[in-house]
Amino acid sequence: MKKIISLILIAILFTTMNLSAQSFIRIKGSDTLINLVQRLSEVYMEENPNTAIAVTGGGSGVGIAALIADRVDIADASRQMKPKEIEAAHKNGVDPVEIVIGIDGLSVIINAENPINSLTLEQIGEIFRGQITNWKDVGGPDKEISLYGRQANSGTYVFFQELVLNKKDYSADMKRMNGNAQIVEGVAADKDGIGYVGIGYVYDDKENIRKDIKVLSVAQGDNEPVSPLISENVKSGEYPIARALYQYINGKPEGEVKDFIAFELSEKGQEIVEELSFYPVSGEYKEQNEKAGF
Amino acid sequence: MTDRNKRKVTVRRFKEKTIEKFFQANGIFSIIVLLGIFSLLLIEGWPAIKKLGVAEFLFNAKWNPTSFEKESYGMLSMIISTLMVTIGAMILAVPLGIGCAAYLADVANRKTREIIKPVIEILAGIPSVVIGFIGIIIVGPFLADLLGTSHGLNAINGSILLAIMSLPTIISISEDAITSVPMVYKQASYALGANKWQTLVRVTLPAAMSGIIASVMLGMGRAIGETMTVLMACGNAPAFPQSIKNSVRPITSTIAIEMGETVQGGLHYSSLFVVAFVLFLMTFVVNLVSDIVLNKYQKVNR
Repeated sequence: MKKIISLILIAILFTTMNLSAQSFIRIKGSDTLINLVQRLSEVYMEENPNTAIAVTGGGSGVGIAALIADRVDIADASRQMKPKEIEAAHKNGVDPVEIVIGIDGLSVIINAENPINSLTLEQIGEIFRGQITNWKDVGGPDKEISLYGRQANSGTYVFFQELVLNKKDYSADMKRMNGNAQIVEGVAADKDGIGYVGIGYVYDDKENIRKDIKVLSVAQGDNEPVSPLISENVKSGEYPIARALYQYINGKPEGEVKDFIAFELSEKGQEIVEELSFYPVSGEYKEQNEKAGF
Repeated sequence: MTDRNKRKVTVRRFKEKTIEKFFQANGIFSIIVLLGIFSLLLIEGWPAIKKLGVAEFLFNAKWNPTSFEKESYGMLSMIISTLMVTIGAMILAVPLGIGCAAYLADVANRKTREIIKPVIEILAGIPSVVIGFIGIIIVGPFLADLLGTSHGLNAINGSILLAIMSLPTIISISEDAITSVPMVYKQASYALGANKWQTLVRVTLPAAMSGIIASVMLGMGRAIGETMTVLMACGNAPAFPQSIKNSVRPITSTIAIEMGETVQGGLHYSSLFVVAFVLFLMTFVVNLVSDIVLNKYQKVNR
């Protein structure tokens, strides 16, 4: 008798559960983008309580690999997909569509106690390739340069390697850190340190630049050094290491994914991008998004 | 015997046989799991060995599978890094561990023992992430000041953290081994005029040696396979280590970093299984050596 009663109670419990369909968006990928996309999802979920969004990191490489295997709805990437990856996606029946949700002035940071204020793009390349090993060769103190970088799964790592290192190998003595935040902490604690991070990570939570690091101005060729902290420099393209922040989806955007991306690109979404110290989408990237259906 | 009794006996024999088979199956199951892991690593890693050859993996010091210039799959730097942090950890943990175990088993009074033993058990329960964090925040700057380097994310840092993690294992098991040495050994030693120290070092410890060696091997196995701590605190520089003050990247860090972004079935994916297989072999060799040493010691004792 007791058994029958408990079974009936469990059955009633099940029928009264709210089994209304809840949409679920899975996002995975770039460490540079993760704080930004998490903030965007939080605000979106407040306004759309029937949608649940799960955001995880792992690096652009991990996000792209997951998109190729059709295991995520959106892949965050701070670099573009390589031709080999697009091919692998097509082989698996996945059609990657590229959308730009923000712009980053990739910053080269050094310890606040280092007297240097700017370097040329070529010098930065030689430092990270391991060809320049002492600060005195670029106008600093006589100390060995301590390199901090990302790991091979990072979009920032690949982007920096393509643009600044001209596709040559990083120095084998560069410390491969687990994310942007770890590079900032490492350089802040290391007087001879130098590293590269997304510009959003240079600011503390009160939107002031951190006092324990210094952002270098970068000079290209014979031009004057340009700082990524001034938004006009990044928007106009004068700052040489500016890059777009991408999201990749499978096929034409539809349903919840389309609504979420539309939110990211709306005025409110782009305000959040600026809140997190990145730059809003502008110029040719806006046209690219329009072509993709936004 | 009546029919009823005969049936009872048959049923009891059947039950005993079933239970025996059940335990036998459990034992065989663990062998199957081990062989399963062994063959999985070998089968998934075989394409990379076929394409690149064993020499590339074992004798090349450069690991760079995602290079634009030249892809290299050399494990030598990784293997040396793993050995460096492990041996460093053992140099720190073994004397400290055995000494602490001897103190707890032989010298400490009951009250002290009852306080220290649980504290050591708690030390064993600290998550590896937390210890890695301690390495970055506390041990790193301390080492930087001590050694005059600009940062403290290096092999010494990894060794210190791994020693902290292996200590509870070594202390617990060694202490059990020392306390299980029969009283008669100690009594005989005292009867012959030896003092407490002589008895401890020349009689008790050698008698407990098999247990002590087992504890060191377990501790070493833990150090070789530890991933999160070394990932956070060793600096992850893939260069061939020039000294213990350099940043190093052990085998476990490499696998943890790169496994997420490889495409299934590709060369990079396959070569990571070869790396895992080498790690598996290293742990296997450690266990084999400890078995041989144990055997030798037990023969000498008899």
